[in-house]
Amino acid sequence: MSSEMTDTTDETLIETGFSVETDRGREPTDAEGIVRSEDLSVYYGNERALEDVTIEIPENQVTAIIGPSGCGKSTFLRSINRMNDRIESCTVEGELTFHGKNVYDDDVDPVALRRKIGQVFQAPNPFPKSIYDNVAYGLRIQGRADEVDLDDAVERALKGAALWDEVEDKLDESGLDLSGGQQQRLCIARAIAPDPEVILMDEPTSALDPVAASKIEDLIDELVEEYSVIIVTHNMQQAARISDKTAVFLTGGELVEFDDTARIFENPKDDRVEDYITGKFG
Amino acid sequence: MSTDTKSGPGISGDDTLEDAHKSNDRVRRIFFACATITVVTTVAIFLVLFDNAASYFFGARLSEVLLSGDTFSRTVSFTEFFTGTRWAPDHSTPAHGVLPIVWGTLAITIGAGLVSIPIGTATALYLSEYASTGTRNKLKPVLEVLAGIPTIVYGYFAVSFLTPVLVGGIATNVINPAGGLLDSISHLAPFVLDPAAEWMMGVRVGRYSLLAGVLVVGTMTIPMVSSISEDAMQAVPDELRNGAYALGATKYQVSIRIVLPAAVSGIFASYILALSRAIGETMAVTLAAGFNANLTANPFAEIMTMTAYLVSMARGTSAVGTVEYQSLFAVGLLLFLMTLTMNLLNDRLKQRFQEEYR
Ligand SMILES: Nc1ncnc2c1ncn2[C@@H]1O[C@H](COP(=O)(O)OP(=O)(O)OP(=O)(O)O)[C@@H](O)[C@H]1O
Ligand SMILES: [Mg+2]
Repeated sequence: MSSEMTDTTDETLIETGFSVETDRGREPTDAEGIVRSEDLSVYYGNERALEDVTIEIPENQVTAIIGPSGCGKSTFLRSINRMNDRIESCTVEGELTFHGKNVYDDDVDPVALRRKIGQVFQAPNPFPKSIYDNVAYGLRIQGRADEVDLDDAVERALKGAALWDEVEDKLDESGLDLSGGQQQRLCIARAIAPDPEVILMDEPTSALDPVAASKIEDLIDELVEEYSVIIVTHNMQQAARISDKTAVFLTGGELVEFDDTARIFENPKDDRVEDYITGKFG
Repeated sequence: MSTDTKSGPGISGDDTLEDAHKSNDRVRRIFFACATITVVTTVAIFLVLFDNAASYFFGARLSEVLLSGDTFSRTVSFTEFFTGTRWAPDHSTPAHGVLPIVWGTLAITIGAGLVSIPIGTATALYLSEYASTGTRNKLKPVLEVLAGIPTIVYGYFAVSFLTPVLVGGIATNVINPAGGLLDSISHLAPFVLDPAAEWMMGVRVGRYSLLAGVLVVGTMTIPMVSSISEDAMQAVPDELRNGAYALGATKYQVSIRIVLPAAVSGIFASYILALSRAIGETMAVTLAAGFNANLTANPFAEIMTMTAYLVSMARGTSAVGTVEYQSLFAVGLLLFLMTLTMNLLNDRLKQRFQEEYR
């Protein structure tokens, strides 16, 4: 959070009306969502982490997921691109569709799914390879390095992630030599290089300083023209600033409210959501 | 500096602290003494080897020259030692070309590496990247048991199984393809127990082969490669795997392009360790590969490694001070230098890759 953001925190929260920039120049779409879930429950062993979540996530918009720690935000994100498959104890019930197709159907290949749904993680995790190789990695493993002009694709992805100007002259240097904020933008470049349709972001700015964080926020605003972005965040101001829709999860893995961001922050229906947003809870 | 007269901010120390410092010092000295033991032992071994080896080459021990005024006289020349192709210091017409037994050791080491490195690495990748937690928890202890088996048992395994069944079978089917596998087994049955007995009696009758030596040393170094490599792979942060999987990488791609490069320093360390072990391996290799110094690449021929020579000489009757007795130390010194080189190489590689991958 920058100091400017912190200042507004207490005064503008709730009652007086949370300040939400409503006009992002993006039309609210009524089209069917790109990702939908229907009574989705996720368990770790016998522990239920998500309970009957039904949600419809719109295409080419930013959807924020907020809620107290341990309420299942990351679990929900991981169930979209089936990264939950990597956790042995994890089982999924209900439906989660991408373009109307249940991703848990037997004929769905999680590898193919993840090529359409990119992810950016909480802590920047560049590979111990050069900047160039980091960005080119997705296209290479997907066997598309020959189809496209790789140099061009890397440049476009780095420009898309607002990192090109800073690394243009040192593409051969290790991605690990960048600052934390640059590393995170490198990870975003890596995620968008293979041109997915959806980008999942799990607290992408929580490990960054305010300046680096606001760069990423600006970036998300641009990304959404081409991609559907689903972002988990603990930062209410961030959710309010950058998202079109907000989903509020509460402890127990329950989706309590999901609506236009402006509505959620200005006039939440559920008292628990109001408490959470105003900081009385969670 | 008693507590009563304490003044100032209380950071000047007092009697209790002084005691603590004293016991600290004592413990430090004990630890240092323990650390010294290994250093002293290493230096002493090296000196004894060097001293005796000098007498092999120059006819007098260094200590004798220095202390009693003996003079050097050439016995075995370096040229003969390093370029001669016949090794028989205890023969009636002695020959001192060390190449055949160095070759024996190298052939076993390289051959064993060709067995243990691919199998060990694949095992490590399977355990680290593919196996479920349950499978891993079952398989790892088995591997560790394999690593703990005494080498004489491996030698026996070579004598009673590898040589007659596997090597014999391959020999019959490659050299004499008409003969069936069963033929070869029954033909070799008398050798199942005999070689061991014969060896104990000091008579060479058994059937030894380079191939059996390679296979047994290869087998026994697999756990070393797999276990250390697996540890290195487990140490690769899961975030890297997640990053790759989220881009749509397959398990194979993650294993080969993310995990292997990130774990490379540990994996190389395991290779070097396995190779050093193969160089120094004695019991099993002697029982499997034999005692006949042969400069040959024929996998079915009997060979002799440097360690096998040391065993046979140490077991033999040559008198102290004779050239063949001194040859023990020359070969020992050479072996020592070879393993030392491997260790230094290991350190080098580690440093190198530690810089590249953090
Ligand atoms: N790998 C796992 N194995 C077992 N239980 C897990 C695992 N990951 C998460 N959980 C449990 O599932 C619940 C939801 O976790 P999740 O990580 O989705 O929460 P979160 O909302 O992302 O929290 P945070 O804001 O702290 O990141 C928690 O109770 C957690 O303990
Ligand atoms: Mg989380």
